[in-house]
Amino acid sequence: MLGLSITQWLFGTLSLMAIMFALMMVFTRSPVNSALYLIMTFFCIAGHYLLLNAQFLAVVQIVVYTGAIMVLFLYIIMLMNLNADEEPRKHIVTRLIAGLIGGMLLFVMVGALKGAEQLQLVQGGASQIGLVKNLGKVLFKEFLFPFEVASILLLAALVGAIMIGKRDTNINSKEITN
Amino acid sequence: MLNGIPINYYIMLSAVLFIIGVVGVMARRNAIIIFMCIELMLNAVNLMLVAFSTLHNDANGQVFVFFIMAVAAAEVAVGLAILSMVYRNFKSIDIDLLSRLKN
Repeated sequence: MLGLSITQWLFGTLSLMAIMFALMMVFTRSPVNSALYLIMTFFCIAGHYLLLNAQFLAVVQIVVYTGAIMVLFLYIIMLMNLNADEEPRKHIVTRLIAGLIGGMLLFVMVGALKGAEQLQLVQGGASQIGLVKNLGKVLFKEFLFPFEVASILLLAALVGAIMIGKRDTNINSKEITN
Repeated sequence: MLNGIPINYYIMLSAVLFIIGVVGVMARRNAIIIFMCIELMLNAVNLMLVAFSTLHNDANGQVFVFFIMAVAAAEVAVGLAILSMVYRNFKSIDIDLLSRLKN
């Protein structure tokens, strides 16, 4: 297949799809379409994780990012009833300058990588550290304390989000009763 | 050794996704889409971490990605709660409009 192995072909396809979906996410006017394109980008990145044999992270990416975070985004977008036609846009000069800055960043990145002579090959398929068993061992042996702290962080975020999102109707009723 | 992918390609892919996220943050007015571009930037960094972790056969990179995902989930929950509160009070999530509300 053009002298490329199936891994390289898959890498090229997934990369092109990820970049294309990311560009469509940024430049589309409708927020719902934007969220859907981001979901597709996340799926492409999960495919990249599978190429690197990071199986646990691929599954966590799909379950947590696309399954929870993007669903939350879509829920909030639909709650606010945002459509494409009443979507304001930044001034054209601002958008052009943003594109220019992106182009300059890209130029710097490409320039920085040009000097890198040794291209080490990432042997994705042979890697064993991405398997659930091995990653779990590392996570629970050396990173046990951060793991527990992360659970406390999630609890704090949960309580915080609920407290922030509450409607403050108690204040009105207290004023009425007093 | 022939069917590996050079690490430079992963760095370039991650950099391009990150740059697309940066351009999105600068060029959009809707706060939710800016938030989504931040998530894209986080994912670009995750991809680079996993690539390097596979290259050096070091599991710490992937563990760090796991924690980044946990923190991103918490951040999205709190951020969207704040956004919905702002929407409830100002009926708009246009950042150009909100940045002018000094009172």
